[in-house]
Amino acid sequence: MPDISFIHPDGREEGLEAQDGVSLMQAASGVGVKGIVAECGGSGICATCHVYVDPAWVALLPQPGPDELAMLECTAAERRPGSRLACQIRITAALQGLVVHVPERQY
Amino acid sequence: MTPHSSPIVIIGGGHAGAQLCGALAEAGLGAQVHLVCEETPLPYHRPPLSKAYLKNPAETVQLHRAEAWYADAGITLHRGDAAVALDRAQHTVRLASGTVLPYAQLVLATGARARGLHGLPDGLANVAVLRNAADAERLRSQIGAAERITVLGGGFIGLEIAGTARALGKPVTVLESAPRLLGRSVSADIGDHVLQTHRAAGIDVRLGVAVGGFEVDAGRLQALHVDGERKTVDLQVLGIGAMPEETLARNAGLDCANGIVVDSLLRSSDPDILAIGDCCSFPLAGGDRHLRLESVQNANDQARTAAATLQGKEQPYAALPWFWSEQGALRLQMAGLMPAEGTRHRRPGATPASFSVLHYVGERLVCVESVNAPMDHLMSRKLLEAGKSPAPAAACDAATPLKSFV
Repeated sequence: MPDISFIHPDGREEGLEAQDGVSLMQAASGVGVKGIVAECGGSGICATCHVYVDPAWVALLPQPGPDELAMLECTAAERRPGSRLACQIRITAALQGLVVHVPERQY
Repeated sequence: MTPHSSPIVIIGGGHAGAQLCGALAEAGLGAQVHLVCEETPLPYHRPPLSKAYLKNPAETVQLHRAEAWYADAGITLHRGDAAVALDRAQHTVRLASGTVLPYAQLVLATGARARGLHGLPDGLANVAVLRNAADAERLRSQIGAAERITVLGGGFIGLEIAGTARALGKPVTVLESAPRLLGRSVSADIGDHVLQTHRAAGIDVRLGVAVGGFEVDAGRLQALHVDGERKTVDLQVLGIGAMPEETLARNAGLDCANGIVVDSLLRSSDPDILAIGDCCSFPLAGGDRHLRLESVQNANDQARTAAATLQGKEQPYAALPWFWSEQGALRLQMAGLMPAEGTRHRRPGATPASFSVLHYVGERLVCVESVNAPMDHLMSRKLLEAGKSPAPAAACDAATPLKSFV
């Protein structure tokens, strides 16, 4: 049950305790983190759960697969080095303290 | 008025109802909201039910929001309790439990129900439909125990179930009365590709068949008569379409015609009652006809429009329709509505199993269907939403990303 922080575009920080095994998107939408839209419900085809993983964490996560990389070409907000789809990040105990930033827009 | 004196009652906890809860909570109106769910689970995502959920016994339903979110938003949930009658004069809804809820504004998000096979009794042990989580849980165990599976209907649900069952190694037959698959929903090019892919995966797809009758015995469907031939049945899946759930609306005297008829602000013939999602028939923006769509996109976007209407803001519904279906290894995505007449152009994808069909009316791009090409789908949506129409020759040059036209 790692603690995860979402930093909103206005600098506001929202913390949540995520359940192991769910996706970062599910953890966020369960508590209604604003800005995580997730239109397709985790099928990896809409790019509306885009997040910027904090630079300190980028290298610590499993790298995105080819489908996710293609989708990251299609995000509404600018793609940056830490860009990921939250639905493709699986929560594990190793993510205790993860920090991600919510983009300005998702569509 | 205080918030509690003007309750908003939402009937139906599908995608439309759940999304409307989200939009109203965001607008600070959660304390006025009552969500009535016939099913007991909290609102959940339905697309995985025919795919990941069906495939993996360890998979649980994926909730839209956790229970605590509804409490924090001030939303009152009525779970496992169906709405049974509307009293428009009194502005009340009666639930199966006997509870009577007063409303200032009511939203019908009642969805659609599976069409049955005419004359076939309900409750047969080896006959399945798929609309909700209870159906999916039952079907998952039925597929696990089945030696072979017959799917009646080559539409999206039928083919998704067929693809999943085949991926689990089961022998699968699909029976379709039309001469091609997905006949009303996709172009012939896509229908052909889908057919070839399923056949290559080992699914026995029969087109143009006529089901003339059936044999029922001992609470089971024993056989179907297909083209005059008797075919014994092990597990029978019905994927022969859905009908709008409009019983409450009809009984209350609201206009219905293949769905609850609404205006562009999604108000029914009673302005205090809205209808959204699969159950409603809405005016096509810029067109002269009404349309009913069964899709997550339509449910979500209509919920946003309804949230505005409920707050007295006029934001006519004009969202671009889009849809997706995953069938085994096939990923179909559509943006826009396929025109009755137009020209088609094929844009190759990265592999032979990946391409898009672009539909033009005159020089205007109106619809794009994509197979295993999610990037081209997303960029097509951006083009269609912006009203941009790159010339077909340029748009079908695989070396040029569609992104460059956005």
